[in-house]
Amino acid sequence: MVNPTTRERASVQELIAKAGNNKRKKVIEKIIPIILFLIAGVSVLTTIGIVATLIFETVTFFRQVSLLSFIFGTEWLPFSNKEPKFGILPLIVGTLKITLIAVVVAVPIGLAAAIYLSEYASDNARRVIKPVLEVLAGVPTIVYGFFALTFVTPVLQTIIPDLKIFNALSPGIVVGFMIIPMIASLSEDAMSAVPNAMREGALAMGATKFEVAMKVVLPAALSGILASVVLATSRAIGETMIVSLAGGSTPRFDADFTGSIQTMTAYIVQVSTGDAGYGTPIYYSIYAVGFTLFLFTLLMNFLASRITKRFREAY
Amino acid sequence: MVQLMNRTDNETKATVSPMEAPVREAAKPVVYDTKQLNLWYGSHHALKNIDLPIRENEVTAIIGPSGCGKSTYIKTLNRMVELVDGVRTSGEILYRGRNIFDAKYSVEELRTRVGMVFQKPNPFPKSIYDNIAYGPRIHGIKNKKILDEIVEQSLRGAAIWDEVKDRLNTNAYSLSGGQQQRICIARALAIEPDVILMDEPTSALDPISTLKVEELVQELKENYSIIIVTHNMQQAARISDKTAFFLNGEVIEFDDTDKIFQNPADQRTEDYISGRFG
Amino acid sequence: MRITEQQPGVSKRYIDQTSVSKRMDGRKITNTVFKTLFFMATLVALLVLGILFYRILSQGLGFLSADFFQNFASRFPEKAGIKAALVGSLWLMAVVAPVSMFLGIGTAIYLEEYAKKNRVNDFIRMNISNLAGVPSVVFGLLGLTIFVRALALGNSILAAGFTMSLLILPVIIVAAQEAIRAVPQHVREASYGMGATKWQTITRVVLPSAIPGILTGSILALSRAIGETAPLIVIGVPVIIHFLPTGVMDTFTALPMQIYDWAKRPQADFQQVASAGIIVLMAFLLLMNSIAVLIRNKFQKRY
Repeated sequence: MVNPTTRERASVQELIAKAGNNKRKKVIEKIIPIILFLIAGVSVLTTIGIVATLIFETVTFFRQVSLLSFIFGTEWLPFSNKEPKFGILPLIVGTLKITLIAVVVAVPIGLAAAIYLSEYASDNARRVIKPVLEVLAGVPTIVYGFFALTFVTPVLQTIIPDLKIFNALSPGIVVGFMIIPMIASLSEDAMSAVPNAMREGALAMGATKFEVAMKVVLPAALSGILASVVLATSRAIGETMIVSLAGGSTPRFDADFTGSIQTMTAYIVQVSTGDAGYGTPIYYSIYAVGFTLFLFTLLMNFLASRITKRFREAY
Repeated sequence: MVQLMNRTDNETKATVSPMEAPVREAAKPVVYDTKQLNLWYGSHHALKNIDLPIRENEVTAIIGPSGCGKSTYIKTLNRMVELVDGVRTSGEILYRGRNIFDAKYSVEELRTRVGMVFQKPNPFPKSIYDNIAYGPRIHGIKNKKILDEIVEQSLRGAAIWDEVKDRLNTNAYSLSGGQQQRICIARALAIEPDVILMDEPTSALDPISTLKVEELVQELKENYSIIIVTHNMQQAARISDKTAFFLNGEVIEFDDTDKIFQNPADQRTEDYISGRFG
Repeated sequence: MRITEQQPGVSKRYIDQTSVSKRMDGRKITNTVFKTLFFMATLVALLVLGILFYRILSQGLGFLSADFFQNFASRFPEKAGIKAALVGSLWLMAVVAPVSMFLGIGTAIYLEEYAKKNRVNDFIRMNISNLAGVPSVVFGLLGLTIFVRALALGNSILAAGFTMSLLILPVIIVAAQEAIRAVPQHVREASYGMGATKWQTITRVVLPSAIPGILTGSILALSRAIGETAPLIVIGVPVIIHFLPTGVMDTFTALPMQIYDWAKRPQADFQQVASAGIIVLMAFLLLMNSIAVLIRNKFQKRY
């Protein structure tokens, strides 16, 4: 039994009173939240830094190049000695080609994988497949780029003899594979969130698993699936190394998928690896392109968050 | 520390009505005096005009049906209730004569004097030793010898020393639920508090562990004032000296436990203890 | 059960069980066909990974030698080595790991433990999720303008490290938030109940419990920083470097930069050198991932 009176040392409360570090504690409790708030502010500063940088340098660019010819111009010839042209449409078209192919490849495969994982796979299969998908997502894009250039393009050339070494098809397909894990895992999350009671209700009426997946689970998880596709599209738009290595550097305003193209990201890389002097229109053009790219991805991210909010299922 | 010990607890079996709260000569000193306490969660009025004098070295049980505010009340006594957003209070709670809502009274200081044992055993994911030494350490006691002494004494106080003395360095989560709860009691004892608040301490335990905790409470009241929330009326009858019956955020009746259970003054109290509702 | 004719006195049946049974076979076949299709699609993704690994290993293993690790970059494929890039990547991590973890964990603690629900904090949260969607090449532009030029850090390890830290910051914040959120509330209550202050509760109870999760998430985020190329290109990290950096203000090169340079070269031999470089990079990533998994398994929650 505790018996404070028959003890030789002072009581714990006395020891606590003697230790008396209350003042220090109070100061710490006041300062820490402020410090942590400032640290949290770094992420906000980063966004401000990105937006400010892009806007500031882009404005400088538009002092030298007209805004209208940038937005509506169909020729991107920044390195021309006679008459440089800065019409962004060819770069946007290049980006859209890659994105289109990537989405066409990734959506069916990613969704099929998600349905398989959430509706059919045994726990053991899931334990094997999910980490492999994670590895697929963790492969650096430079590795994918190398793979596109040295393997996928030669293989495609045996099927399509006209295919150039640099083209839209090969990097598009590889970007598609890169975003499969994203679609698969986010969609699977959305499908797994559909309560089992809904599945059981349909199964109890004699529906097959396929019918349950198509008529019950997919509609219920639709917003999550859509959001995953939009986010993956955003990734494809911003992907840089795969298209830099395998897409080429020919900005073109056409619908050809077999020849060399250039995306917005690849142009920024091209200028960065070259020696465009600081202060030239070419130097500032990477900011204008970067800003356009930023707007595209921002729009997609905004769209994704709207979809998840608007269609949030209330089970 | 509480200096008033070795009194027989039968000394003060006089009726004390909550409204008068008279300090009779024979009565033990009041530790916690609640005066016209009101509490709101947002717009929900959870405690209404509570008056409750709680005395030294007694076990005060708080009973009532679910949602009657008994848990809210005990969490108000050490201001844990404020961890929930949107809590407002009015009125006062005097702890040893000081209003605990006073801006100058730090919650840490209050909680150093008032220990708490929770509904679900909640040891830290640390060794048994570190669990017990946690309180003294955060309050600046670093001397290893003194800590060793405090740990042993607290574990003995919680009647679990013999069960764990050979494995003080194992994780507290390796113990059974009942043992974990007694570790939590020992952890509260380690800073030698004045009052121990117990929020349904046996609701997650099996009957044998419950019995052990109840016996422990009986021993502890020699040195501590104990306030225990329980939904188990037999438990209240077995271990408490005083009982307060809460209903819909109000104190319906507060009196000697014997009186409450044998001859309640209010019809609602009688209905509740005879099992007509709740 | 087959019910073909109506019983007298029984109300009319709307479901003709015969036709249901007939259609059942078809539906079952559809189910099986699609199950197989879904499985094959999943296999395709795994197959691609297999081919990728096989290609790179078969091309690159021959070039992996002791010399490869001891040589600097070279015009001749047989003399090309990865020393400067490997050391440079390690230097880069030495900056990115502490900076990104300090900022990421600090932000997560703020958001989970201190931030009240108000507009400022909602904005911080929304901002972090948006930041996660910004392409890495745009972070390169930020680094180029702010760190390389405005703060005059040049294309140093520090400039690249800061840029990479900001790039992976959202990932670390989210991982740390999840780890902190996983610490049950009742453990915090126990600490407050003992008279502990908020900061004592965070440092002595919350963080020790959350640290395995935070570490796992951080290591995975760092492995992303190791493989990133685009921001390094934009801030002007060079490729041909014939010395090792001695401090954070030195110029350097990194594994993905080196691989990028080799991959671009037309000679077939350099493709094999690039493969060898990729093997080194992937081995590095594999090591980090294994450590992350080890930590995750060793400190499984015990609540």
